[in-house]
Amino acid sequence: MAKNFFSTRVGIIVVGAVIGILAAVLQKLGNPGNMGICVACFERDIAGAIGLHRAGVVQYVRPEIIGFVLGSLVAAYSFKEFKPRCGSAPIVRFVLGVFAMIGALVFLGCPWRAVLRLAGGDLNAVLGLLGLGFGVWIGVMFLKNGYNLGRSQSTHAGAGWMLPLVMLGLLVLMFIYPQVSGDAKSGVLFYSLKGPGAMHAPLLISLVVGLGIGFLAQRSRFCTMGALRDLILFGQTHLLSGFLSLLICACIANVVLGQFYLGFTGQPVAHNLHVWNFLGMALAGLAFALAGGCPGRQLFLAGEGDTDASVFVLGMIAGAAFAHNFGLASSPKGLGPHGIAAVIVGFAVCLFIGFAMKKRIAA
Amino acid sequence: MSKIVDASGLSCPQPVLMTLDAIKSDSDAELEVIVDNVASRENVVRAAESKGWNVFDIKDNDDNTQIFIRKG
Repeated sequence: MAKNFFSTRVGIIVVGAVIGILAAVLQKLGNPGNMGICVACFERDIAGAIGLHRAGVVQYVRPEIIGFVLGSLVAAYSFKEFKPRCGSAPIVRFVLGVFAMIGALVFLGCPWRAVLRLAGGDLNAVLGLLGLGFGVWIGVMFLKNGYNLGRSQSTHAGAGWMLPLVMLGLLVLMFIYPQVSGDAKSGVLFYSLKGPGAMHAPLLISLVVGLGIGFLAQRSRFCTMGALRDLILFGQTHLLSGFLSLLICACIANVVLGQFYLGFTGQPVAHNLHVWNFLGMALAGLAFALAGGCPGRQLFLAGEGDTDASVFVLGMIAGAAFAHNFGLASSPKGLGPHGIAAVIVGFAVCLFIGFAMKKRIAA
Repeated sequence: MSKIVDASGLSCPQPVLMTLDAIKSDSDAELEVIVDNVASRENVVRAAESKGWNVFDIKDNDDNTQIFIRKG
């Protein structure tokens, strides 16, 4: 097997840099502030676009997410790494996805956006990143005590195609029912008229960037949660170097593009409730650690045939619907009416999962 | 006869955890680790090498990969 350049230290640094720069460019081309890419926010926007929630300001089928899955699929097939697999506790992964999304929406961003927020000068992201580290640390404690979700099995290629086909279907819907200026609905799809959902780069550019990042991330195994987990668990800095490269390159790109504003207040799509920025992301970090990957990595795994990761993705999309329908998601004005309760319930569920699922695997 | 660590069907970090556990407790100084996805293959190799072990053979089969490592 030829050496995979992107799995080397230099390779992952290059991938982190590419993602950081492209995220800043996507923001320049129309994506919301410090949200060039946010896997959680964008899946939430997709949930809104198909009407699973009716928060009018966050409804748009984000082509970046479609590209992530399909780009990874292309990479996996190109390098004979498409391996359809299933059966590693999918229902648990669905629930983890739900609470990962709820935690992320209390903070207002996934780990990718936490880094991009910091790279744009939003100091509230420091609390989010500390929370992420804390959540991942709890997850590592469970891993050290034998937590695991069991082995997966190989399955039909068609099963591995399910999430990629769902994504393809969403893309087709976008072409059948394109955005109509001034209309909140086009055919079956909702399109935000104001708010972050109304801010987006041109469809084809978003799609192509998504495909490119999906391809590179599949090759490099880029993972923001794994970056912290491997550091805490093994003292390894391989994935971390990609994570830091993303931060530094996005920061430089933001300065160059005039998108860098340092401070705690007045930041785009953010609030400055430090405790809840910390705890929201801690919940998300714990759920990602228990599920074995950050939300981006779950999309890339889904693209290479991991149907358990696909179920986690669907859990996140369902979680976004709950978050907005139940008033759990934060907004720049502050917490949702039931955000605190949701974080408490989320921690209880994740801790239960961590304690309950530690059957030893026979070597 | 080397000890076998079967991490097939598991994704990161389990294969690495199992390999490092075996490295810690190993007395034969030789291990065979079975994985079935390329990310785990790369991670196990990286982890073993970081502990000063050498990868002396890798067999890519149809449905899994055997990684043979020994104490350096």
